[in-house]
Amino acid sequence: MALHRRAFGIGAREALGVPAAVLGAGFLGYGSLAADAGYSIWMTLAATFAIWALPGQLVLMEMHAGGAAVAATVLAVSLSAARFFPMTLTLMPLMREGRRGRSLWQFLLAAQLVSMTTWAVAMRRFNEADLEDLEARWHYFLGFSAVCIGSAALFAIIGQLLLVTLPPLLRYGLALLTPLYFFVTLVGEAQSRSAFTALVCGAATALALYSVAPGWSLLGAGFIGGTAAFLLQGNHARRD
Amino acid sequence: MRGATELWLLLLACGAATYLWRGFGVLLSGRINPQSALFEWVSCVAYALVAGLIARIIVMPSGLLAQTALTDRLLACAVAFIAYRLARRNMFVGLVCGVAFFIGAGYVRKTFV
Repeated sequence: MALHRRAFGIGAREALGVPAAVLGAGFLGYGSLAADAGYSIWMTLAATFAIWALPGQLVLMEMHAGGAAVAATVLAVSLSAARFFPMTLTLMPLMREGRRGRSLWQFLLAAQLVSMTTWAVAMRRFNEADLEDLEARWHYFLGFSAVCIGSAALFAIIGQLLLVTLPPLLRYGLALLTPLYFFVTLVGEAQSRSAFTALVCGAATALALYSVAPGWSLLGAGFIGGTAAFLLQGNHARRD
Repeated sequence: MRGATELWLLLLACGAATYLWRGFGVLLSGRINPQSALFEWVSCVAYALVAGLIARIIVMPSGLLAQTALTDRLLACAVAFIAYRLARRNMFVGLVCGVAFFIGAGYVRKTFV
């Protein structure tokens, strides 16, 4: 029991540095955009807890503001979160051994906590000696996730309140924070030719389609840019 | 009031649609190869979709950012990225420099132009 509490504490402490701060910056901007879009604080918090994926939350906000069809919005938000599938697929077996131990529903609940940050850190840390025990990993993951979600929610509220009180020039800076965060992440990650293709084709398609069919422009960007990138990647794989 | 109820329902639907990927990941773990071609394609679609979203917010924003200059937004992106790379991939340095540049550019525009 004490061991598990310690693992929870280690997770929480490790999240409290850079991970919580970087997430906080993203959600600070999100809160300000939400205030600008007319969300109540409850709505901002509900979106953060229910979706728990900043890209999806932004897709929802943008498409709802643009009056997109409900089906198109739900599909686009869902597709933007597709990366969670391989994440939970690879992460959960590391905390679970066959049918023994914790029951399935606990893992189904824990799946909601998975995010880019929590997944990346857990996958790296679970290889280390102090987290060899499956139960220790479970508690570490809960502690780490709790601090990440708490930080995101707190900064989203701060962003929402700040937007109303700041002078206009600073408000603009706050509203640009999240788009900048994703711009740097996406461009910084686009190492391969296929990722770069997805980036350029996705951006070009979204901009070109926006004037014709704004409600479908993001889905169009995903399908066209994504398929182009996939075909490039496919050729690459066959060559190896 | 109707608008708010609609948004709440939409929000719940989006939460459920996002959870599907997470839930299936748990249920199918150990039984499916995450490197299958279908899955690689879906990942590419997700990446391009988010790229499209960010391009749209930066180039054709709605709301508050629509009142700012396109040149400033684009330059702020460039400044943030260059600062991020110069600071050995430090996200904070990138964001602080980008936002500071953007606020400064807005100030100069307001005062002198």
